[in-house]
Amino acid sequence: MRHELILVALVLIVLIIDLNLKKSQKHRIIPIAISLFFIHTVVGFLPAQTGVLFGGMYHTDGLTILMKNILNIGVLIVLMQSVTWLKKEENGEKISEFYILLLSTLVGMNFMISSGDFLMLYLGLELATIPMAALAAYTHHQTRSAEAGIKLILSSALSSGILLFGLSLIYGSTGSIYFDTVGNLYSNTPMQVLAFIFFFSGMAFKISLVPFHLWTADVYEGSPVNVTSYFSVISKGASVFILIMVMYTVFHSIAYLWKDIIYLIAVMTMFIGNLFALRQKNMKRFLAFSSIAQAGFILLGILGGNKLGMTSTVYFVLVYIFSNLGAFGVVSAIAAKTGKESMDDYDGLYSTNPKLTLLMMLSVFSLGGIPPVAGFFGKFFLFASAASGGYYWLVFIAVLNATISLYYYLLVVKAMFINKSETPIAFFKSDTITRVALVICATGIFVIGFWSPIYEFIDKFTFAIVN
Amino acid sequence: MNILSLFVLIPVLTVFAIMFTKNMKQTRVVSAIGMGIQLIMAGLLIYLYLTERQAGNMDAMIFYYDSLWFPTLNIHYTIGVDGISVAMIGLTAIVVFAGIFASWKVDYLYREFFISLILLSSGVFGFFISLDLFTMFLFYEVAVIPMYLLIGIWGTGPKEYSAMKLTLMLMAGSALILVGLLGIYFYSAATGSPLTFNLMEISKHTIPIAMQRFLFPFTFVGFGILGALFPFHTWSPDGHASAPTAVSMLHAGVLMKLGGYGAFRVAIFLMPEAAHEQAWIFLILTGISVVYGAFGAIFQKDLKYINAYSSVSHCGLVLFAILMMNETAMNGAVIQMISHGLMTALFFALIGMIYGRTHTRMINEMGGLMKVIPFLGVVYVIAGLASLGLPGLSGFVAEMTIFVGSFQHTDSFHRILTIAAASSIVITAVYILRVVGILLFGPIKNDHYLSLKDAVWYERLSTLTLLLAIAAIGMAPLWLSNMINFSLGPIVEKINGVATVAGLF
Repeated sequence: MRHELILVALVLIVLIIDLNLKKSQKHRIIPIAISLFFIHTVVGFLPAQTGVLFGGMYHTDGLTILMKNILNIGVLIVLMQSVTWLKKEENGEKISEFYILLLSTLVGMNFMISSGDFLMLYLGLELATIPMAALAAYTHHQTRSAEAGIKLILSSALSSGILLFGLSLIYGSTGSIYFDTVGNLYSNTPMQVLAFIFFFSGMAFKISLVPFHLWTADVYEGSPVNVTSYFSVISKGASVFILIMVMYTVFHSIAYLWKDIIYLIAVMTMFIGNLFALRQKNMKRFLAFSSIAQAGFILLGILGGNKLGMTSTVYFVLVYIFSNLGAFGVVSAIAAKTGKESMDDYDGLYSTNPKLTLLMMLSVFSLGGIPPVAGFFGKFFLFASAASGGYYWLVFIAVLNATISLYYYLLVVKAMFINKSETPIAFFKSDTITRVALVICATGIFVIGFWSPIYEFIDKFTFAIVN
Repeated sequence: MNILSLFVLIPVLTVFAIMFTKNMKQTRVVSAIGMGIQLIMAGLLIYLYLTERQAGNMDAMIFYYDSLWFPTLNIHYTIGVDGISVAMIGLTAIVVFAGIFASWKVDYLYREFFISLILLSSGVFGFFISLDLFTMFLFYEVAVIPMYLLIGIWGTGPKEYSAMKLTLMLMAGSALILVGLLGIYFYSAATGSPLTFNLMEISKHTIPIAMQRFLFPFTFVGFGILGALFPFHTWSPDGHASAPTAVSMLHAGVLMKLGGYGAFRVAIFLMPEAAHEQAWIFLILTGISVVYGAFGAIFQKDLKYINAYSSVSHCGLVLFAILMMNETAMNGAVIQMISHGLMTALFFALIGMIYGRTHTRMINEMGGLMKVIPFLGVVYVIAGLASLGLPGLSGFVAEMTIFVGSFQHTDSFHRILTIAAASSIVITAVYILRVVGILLFGPIKNDHYLSLKDAVWYERLSTLTLLLAIAAIGMAPLWLSNMINFSLGPIVEKINGVATVAGLF
């Protein structure tokens, strides 16, 4: 329970300090918040108690702690990347709100991951979603941002409704909301199948799987860059974590059924995400669609249904956090300095900002699954887990999609290295803290792949579908 | 440290050293030193390998080293070489060394150019020393990706289109390979025993025939795309024509051999039953590659396109010979890989040098070059003669062995195909002699050509390195052939030892 408690304390501390700061001093909250969160991240790795609380509503074990730690690392990077943008004058008064809202959603995600019954899961989900809409509308003086907030709140209200309806059916048919009881009682009666489909649809909204992805691109484009990176990395990662745990422990008796569904959705998600990403010119929109396609790849790990499947899913999320945050880090550094977000603006970037360019190239290669960076290992293991279930054709479709995705990732590389521009983005030096964040991403992209103990460490905690 | 790991380590260290160079001169000197060391190492490796064999070491793989990487998936870093991979490493070292000198004058983003080039070579070396399918695949992709930047940034003509086409087609090939590898992995051991990616372990186990039927086409076509298997060869002419000199050399000379080597080492070696069953389909396809590539070369006007199509033809011959699945033909295939690698690298180097002087690659705009640049002219003629299989040069040894081996099959299907493929020699003679005639002899079509300078020292060094190797193989083919044969024997025995489930023919 330590993760959640410290986070809540953090939120309160930030709130109290903020109350005591004069208007002109608000930016002082930034170093305090980041150093406090850094301490929280480190403390998260200390040995912690495991067990069950509140009569089974809340449980914590090695796996949940690991997942929370992975999210913490991601959030820490996001916080560091957002400093330059937060220091802008327009955000002067609401800096602490950013931290309060963001950390609240993180509390929600932590509760979600640790939930032992559907009620806690739902509470966590809502806590993770509603402040998110406020974050999306953070720069509310811009129409696009306000629109993103409204779009997010409306579509997630709908998806929460569907999910809740599914939960009520589950409760109605089994008489319980606890994961282990429901898991033992679940079978393939029509109502329970329907309940599962509703539940899955609700989760699919959060992970933005096709055909529940329509909100994604607009919200991603409208929100401030750092909020977008938080959405597409942390929020998605948390939802994937909870989805795979629920699928493996609660709905294991109808695994034969959800495997078909996931097969279909994975194919659709990969194709649609990739084909739409091909034509995007705005970097945020581009990364939004590429992240939809990445979610399709993640489903392959869930489909595996064995220990390998879960390990590779968690591992891939870790890799994905670093590679996507690397890409978003560059986009946000450039957007914060110049306000440019279009791919055409990146023409000739290598001649002026070689280091940023190299990091961007590493990140997109990692997203595209090119060795020797971590993305290759992540994808390989995901594909291996799907192949272990005998889904060779799906693996083939997935690798073909990886090739399609390589096309648009290479377009970014092409813009930066090959295209000439008369007005390239001028050379600039990022803030120290941004640079530290970018270096962390670059190191992660290299180390996570090659250094096998990370994979083996994750493998210690994972499990196969319960039988 | 194992001598083989050095082959990956030296390029990587060279890349690091290049990062700290201050100007163009330092960059190329560092690159040349790095790859020179690599060449010496390759020579040393051949020597050590031969002494080891003479001392009576009968292991299939020598300098074997194994270290566990990902325990849960049983992924290892396993390396080792036999006669075939030693020969390929030698080829790579020579071509890369010559490539560095052929690109001596690259001045735009020179540091990045040499870094990409050397990084690519480290992927190739890694591929040839790997015995673990996972690392093999990893190195394979490392070798493919720098190509995009190399062609896209330093290429000529429609370089962006060609670079993208080449990269995507090769990555689609690796998509097929990946499915094949994963399939092999999950059937790599009897039920109950741990799965493995180790090539030598898997070869001791028979993959269920139903799976082989499914996986063989994936693996073979996947590698075949890189080996310019018809109809997946279309990346090759565009890619080679747009690439800068050294990259064409490396790509046609070495990278396309990855395809042949992989098809042989992974597809046929691990799934011999399916190979026997399905060989006829691919024999027809590769037969088309051979003849079609040669005909394609006749009709081209651009020197690089001519050579690119001739590469399709010659690399098709490699796959063709591999699919014949007897010792003589396969031996020929390996010699052909090396011989074509050297020849085509030499051709591309010469074309780059001629283009650097005449600023055109169209053959009908040139003429009489023999009078003004005699050194390059003579080397071009020798390379051409090697390409059309003149005795005394490497091409003859390779093609002769292949056709003799192919003709050992007594059924009419194989014989007809062999005759059809052998006809490519005649077509090759047509386009080679035509080019030599127009390009080097006849009147000088442009007065500006009269003032051309002949090759300078680095160009001579680059071409002579390749030329010496070609002549050495042509004059003394036996040591190479014996080295290959020693390792090939057990492999062919294994491939043909399977219950002879004859294919359609």
